Amino acid sequence: MAEKLIEIRNLKQHFNVGRPNLVKAVDGISFDIYRGETLGLVGESGCGKSTTGRSIIRLYDATDGEVLFEGENVHGTKSTKELKKFNRKMQMIFQDPYASLNPRMTVADIIAEGIDIHGLANSKQERMERVYELLETVGLNKEHASRYPHEFSGGQRQRIGIARALAVEPEFIIADEPISALDVSIQAQVVNLMKQLQRDKGLTYLFIAHDLSMVKYISDRIGVMYYGKLVELAPADVLYKNPLHPYTQSLLSAIPLPDPETERTRRRTSYDPDVHEYADGEEVQMREVSKGHFVYCSEKEFQKLQKQYKN
Amino acid sequence: MQQISKDKFKIVGAKASDAEKISKPSLSFWKDVTIRFRKNKLALFGVVLLTLLVFMAIFGPYMTKYNYFENNLMNTNQPPSGEHWFGTDDLGRDMFARTWFGARISLFIGVMAALIDLVIGVLWGGISGYKGGRTDESMMRFADILWGVPYLLLVILLMVVLGQGLGTMILAMTITGWINMARIVRGQVLSLKSQEYVLAARTLGATTQRIMSRHLIPNTLGPILVTMTLTVPSAIFTEAFLSYLGLGLTPPLASWGTMASDALPALRYYPWRLFFPATFICLTIFAFNVIGDGMRDALDPRLRK
Ligand SMILES: Nc1ncnc2c1ncn2[C@@H]1O[C@H](COP(=O)(O)OP(=O)(O)OP(=O)(O)O)[C@@H](O)[C@H]1O
Ligand SMILES: [Mg+2]
Repeated sequence: MAEKLIEIRNLKQHFNVGRPNLVKAVDGISFDIYRGETLGLVGESGCGKSTTGRSIIRLYDATDGEVLFEGENVHGTKSTKELKKFNRKMQMIFQDPYASLNPRMTVADIIAEGIDIHGLANSKQERMERVYELLETVGLNKEHASRYPHEFSGGQRQRIGIARALAVEPEFIIADEPISALDVSIQAQVVNLMKQLQRDKGLTYLFIAHDLSMVKYISDRIGVMYYGKLVELAPADVLYKNPLHPYTQSLLSAIPLPDPETERTRRRTSYDPDVHEYADGEEVQMREVSKGHFVYCSEKEFQKLQKQYKN
Repeated sequence: MQQISKDKFKIVGAKASDAEKISKPSLSFWKDVTIRFRKNKLALFGVVLLTLLVFMAIFGPYMTKYNYFENNLMNTNQPPSGEHWFGTDDLGRDMFARTWFGARISLFIGVMAALIDLVIGVLWGGISGYKGGRTDESMMRFADILWGVPYLLLVILLMVVLGQGLGTMILAMTITGWINMARIVRGQVLSLKSQEYVLAARTLGATTQRIMSRHLIPNTLGPILVTMTLTVPSAIFTEAFLSYLGLGLTPPLASWGTMASDALPALRYYPWRLFFPATFICLTIFAFNVIGDGMRDALDPRLRK
């Protein structure tokens, strides 16, 4: 796990710039995504997770910063041809299975949209064969191709959305809470499908979620966001065993455990941003406390955390 | 608990491969809409009525030996009879021929107005809503200003500049008519463009044109169709109204509006001259309205059973 697929450098996404209702949805975050891994992104509602994903894939024009895909800046390119190249390499799976499929299109047309746009099939027949193949990949069958989205269940729709993303053979997929709208019994099915696809096709995922237990199951590394900032980034097991940022600690303390003994003694802690007592002008940034474990902190906190780590 | 070995079980039905099966027959969106539209008796009646009116507009003028423009001053203001089925007007012209000839003009004006509104309104509203920001602002302000100009003043100006006639009449209908359509389309597009399926199309690299034609417009089709069916009667009515004010077509051209307006001075003596055009105006407007209502209900997925 060495090669960086995506580097995000000081990405900022502000809405309503120059107006009184300015929102700093994403406010200067930096991280890397390695080829073949799953990076989980968690945080409370409204902290800017979706906005981060959408800025990376260029649904929004970033206010500042850059997104490098295999060393090339996604946001810098202007020509449609180059953009199309990125469109094929990066794809997205959406949260709401009911809103993410056009109700007026058949499943075949939905899945084949990428094939049509990029001219990936030479004939009608080839196009349909690709569609059937993709349907099979996600566990649906041929006869679903001519149907309309409203005839499918949430889980089936989500798999159609996955098939649509796979049609252009991407290397990187941003999954924005792909399971949070699904019934619990279906969630595992979709997650397992995603895991299997990752193994088969060597995909890289950015997995956005707010369900910490599911994120732990699927992610290699996890980033925690708080109000537009990344506050902690670490390998999944390290983050769960040794959370360093008080916000992460508070998040983890909120997970219910399936064990009545420990559940009885579980104490939820709440996060108060004032605990840091940052002085004016103190430089607060991501610092690598131990290898691969980054925390958003000041120099003073950094010293303290490192000492704490050594013991 | 006693262990039961696996070979004692036998699968009697329900194959695993059936788990994803959908038993309901595959129904396209439009089939679904048609079925629901057919259940609406009043709307169906509207369709029948409209079909009859259109049939008469096409063939009516040939059913009598009289034509719509020939005067017969010996035979003016006749009541309906075996000879002149709807009577004659003040110049002795056959009212039956004139009524159905007028139907052609009235329906033509209505349909043309609706079509022109459709094209301009959908383009204007679609672009305005999709582009958003400054473009949206200036396009909609322009529409607002046009909407604010007193309508009759605008029409009279047009008549003065271009002269009376069918073309001017249609222009007068559409000069502000498209604004309604544009507003409806804009509103829809505005709310649809942030839907996830549009975002998905964008991440796939779809062009604006493709997103418009494959995603946004098809999903706005319901309100567009309903607005269109309601534009036709309002255009017919406006034409009648303008004709009534003397701003309409020049004789011998006839429309239901001009006929009604001609009948008015002698209303007390020859009421049938107003009765026929007025009745057909009402019937047409009624037919379009119930069809429009029926379509709105049929197209609303929330009413799907
Ligand atoms: N287009 C926009 N214009 C203005 N503000 C926006 C826009 N999109 C998002 N925001 C704001 O940015 C902030 C972050 O939103 P975002 O959707 O990224 O949150 P999220 O972490 O994905 O939350 P959730 O878990 O609920 O999906 C929110 O305060 C939201 O109101
Ligand atoms: Mg979100």
